[in-house]
Amino acid sequence: MSGNNHHPVLQLKNINTHYGPIHILRNINIEIYPGEIVCLLGGNASGKTTTLRTILGMVRPSAGEIYLDGERVDGLPTTEIVKRGISMVPENRRLFKRMTVLENLEMGAFLRHDQDGIREDLERIFELFPRVKERLHQKAGTLSGGEQQMVAIGRALMSRPKVLLMDEPSMGLAPVLVEQTFEIIQQINQHGTTIFVVEQNANMALSIAHRGYVLQTGRIVLADTAQNLLHNEMMRQAYLGEM
Amino acid sequence: MAEIAPVPEKAPVIEDVRLKAPEVSLERAAKLGGVAGIVAVFVSANGMVQAFAERDIISGVLSMGYTLLFLVPLIMAYLAAREPPVLEGFEAPEKGPRNVLAGLIVGALTGLIMAIFVLVASAVDMRRVFINISPQLLELLTFGQGMGGLVFLVGGCLLTGAVGGLMQLAEGRWRRALWGALAWTLLIGLLEVIVAQLFRGLGLGFLSPLFYAGTGGLTPLGTAVVFVLAFLYYWSVVPKVDMWQRRYAHMPAERQRSVRLSLTVAAVLLVAILPQVLGPFVSEVLDLVGIFLLMGLGLNIVVGFAGLLDLGYVAFFAVGAYTTAILTSPASPRWSPEMSFWAALPFVILAAALAGIIVGTPVLRMRGDYLAIVTLGFGEIARLLLLSDWLRPVFGGAQGILKIPTLSIGPIVFRTPVDMFYPIVGFCLVAAYISWKLKNSRIGRAWMAMREDEQVAEAMGVDIVEIKLKAFIVGAVIASFGGALFATKIGSVFPHSFSLLVSITVLVLIIVGGLGNIPGVVVGTLALVGLPELLREFQEYRLLAYGVLLILMMLYRPEGLLPSKQWVRELHEEELMQDAWLKMEEDRRRAQAQAAQGDLPARPEEA
Repeated sequence: MSGNNHHPVLQLKNINTHYGPIHILRNINIEIYPGEIVCLLGGNASGKTTTLRTILGMVRPSAGEIYLDGERVDGLPTTEIVKRGISMVPENRRLFKRMTVLENLEMGAFLRHDQDGIREDLERIFELFPRVKERLHQKAGTLSGGEQQMVAIGRALMSRPKVLLMDEPSMGLAPVLVEQTFEIIQQINQHGTTIFVVEQNANMALSIAHRGYVLQTGRIVLADTAQNLLHNEMMRQAYLGEM
Repeated sequence: MAEIAPVPEKAPVIEDVRLKAPEVSLERAAKLGGVAGIVAVFVSANGMVQAFAERDIISGVLSMGYTLLFLVPLIMAYLAAREPPVLEGFEAPEKGPRNVLAGLIVGALTGLIMAIFVLVASAVDMRRVFINISPQLLELLTFGQGMGGLVFLVGGCLLTGAVGGLMQLAEGRWRRALWGALAWTLLIGLLEVIVAQLFRGLGLGFLSPLFYAGTGGLTPLGTAVVFVLAFLYYWSVVPKVDMWQRRYAHMPAERQRSVRLSLTVAAVLLVAILPQVLGPFVSEVLDLVGIFLLMGLGLNIVVGFAGLLDLGYVAFFAVGAYTTAILTSPASPRWSPEMSFWAALPFVILAAALAGIIVGTPVLRMRGDYLAIVTLGFGEIARLLLLSDWLRPVFGGAQGILKIPTLSIGPIVFRTPVDMFYPIVGFCLVAAYISWKLKNSRIGRAWMAMREDEQVAEAMGVDIVEIKLKAFIVGAVIASFGGALFATKIGSVFPHSFSLLVSITVLVLIIVGGLGNIPGVVVGTLALVGLPELLREFQEYRLLAYGVLLILMMLYRPEGLLPSKQWVRELHEEELMQDAWLKMEEDRRRAQAQAAQGDLPARPEEA
């Protein structure tokens, strides 16, 4: 499925990002091809979340370019970038807790106006997550962690993204639910959504991803197929918990 | 997807799991008694008891001062005698002498602390610091009987404490009726101005002397009648409301519509005749309530819907008032186009929208506390600019702008407070409609999402800059309506009318009414703006009351006085979760017990 033959759907070219005087991302190059699951691995404070925020335009890169489907998107406001086809499942899910599940999903389609298409996509999400449909009029804050994860993913899918960004989907979930979440990610990918997932749980992420990048203090230090990364000596020592 | 083992429909019954809920705690009663004592000393020492003693509720029998004083042990005793909440699966303890004992403890402690206070205050002169601890106060507290009067004071506290405890023994319907009757008697006693005027307006003026003694306060007969009527109302009418609501819900849509229509017509008629019946003085108060209500509705959009805590809301009120003044008054110092109110209105809206943008733009990236502090500053800046010598040629400095013409529509001139009531209600309706419409719109959703989580809302494609500015603009325009009406009603504007106090009052009334909730704001405004206007003694203690009220609301009713159902559910969810947790624990224990017997595997635990 790693479609190396055609153009990347999302491409980061020499991206540098600063928070004030602090240099966070240094010359990041990432390419994501249609239909892939790509993971970005790294420890705390390595710049994973910043990478996502930069892609979404919530932070402007100080240098470098970002292309979505060949069009340059860095420097555009977040609204515009979302409109062009990127959406995110934030870290810790972060649902709108005092809004209902349905309202949360509808917020995902905030920039869309095609009522029929929205209804269709809702149905698709109910198919994917029957549990969500049962809880439709419940306040999102009352759901369990696993259910919240489903709603968060559903919400992000409601904008029909070309690329779905996921920030640490395993965070704060019980092991059973982590596995379940990654199964869901795989399932969504098989339905045709390109996924860029940021994770600390390298084992889990590499088990479903096609390719991976490893980020260390703002630099990409490794980039390879998931298979190779799983067997990479340095990876095994640093991230996979094997001595 | 990993399936989680289903919860058994009915857990197997094991005896001896029915747990007894704890009884009324006497220790807690002692604590509350101490609190009651301190509160009683506080209201005495800060002069409230003495200030309120001037006004009788029951003529010659009970003054408002004593009422305030003895309400403290009464309410505290009632609270102390209440059992802790009974969780699901627990058995409620039986009510009995223990409840009354708890009440008595509260009464006794209040009496004791008050007695010590009186003794100390009469031995040591503390007036240099506590200017309100005067000989008159001590005379009041000892019922004019010297130190022997302490017996009455302590006795009164004990008695009210015991009554508070006894109230807990009463069955729910009785209890509600008793409290309701008590509250209404006090209210009717206090609101002689309104009630007497109401009688006069309805042509029932002859009733007034029967109810009111003329020297302030109800007659004994009046007291009895009011108490009985209120009691009967709570006894027989209130329990039926629920039933009526249910019946309404089951009606066919057509009937529902006609019921709604007739209720609306009744409400419109009531509003139409209300100021006529109530006369100019009470109408004046109602006008003020209406203007604050208007601002409450506006601020509710900013704070309640969008979650932006704006403490400088008065600035927009001032913009509305001054724009109206400049454009309509012939006495405006710089320009005086002498427009009519209606011709000026579009400019008022424009000016307010501009002010909204000016205040909104610099605070776009701020949230919570920071936003509150900066907007607080803006409110003060607005007042200082109006007051400044620099802008005196435009705004008239401390002298303000006079001779603002009265409002008129064609030949109809709204000269008196009674007349002004109608346009104010009109603007309130417009504001309420705008609120309601916005709440259920796309932008309302976006506001709510932003209130919940600004960053995620942004990641969903919500343009935070745009909707924040829109919230500020809509809020500003509604406040400017209030300002415009205020200016034409008073006929003049001065900088001192636009103090921080206005911002705080508006904020307090929407919090008390329940954020995001329109009927709540109406009730909050009536109680917090209307009452102090009618009872001048309250004025001095207004801010104190607001502060206390805010703290109590935060602690006990964060959903506001008239909460929307959705909020209550959220806010009390924690309690429900606790119930659910207890039940789960119990289920698990049962399952484990069964597993130990070997006939059922223990349920796998869910993380």
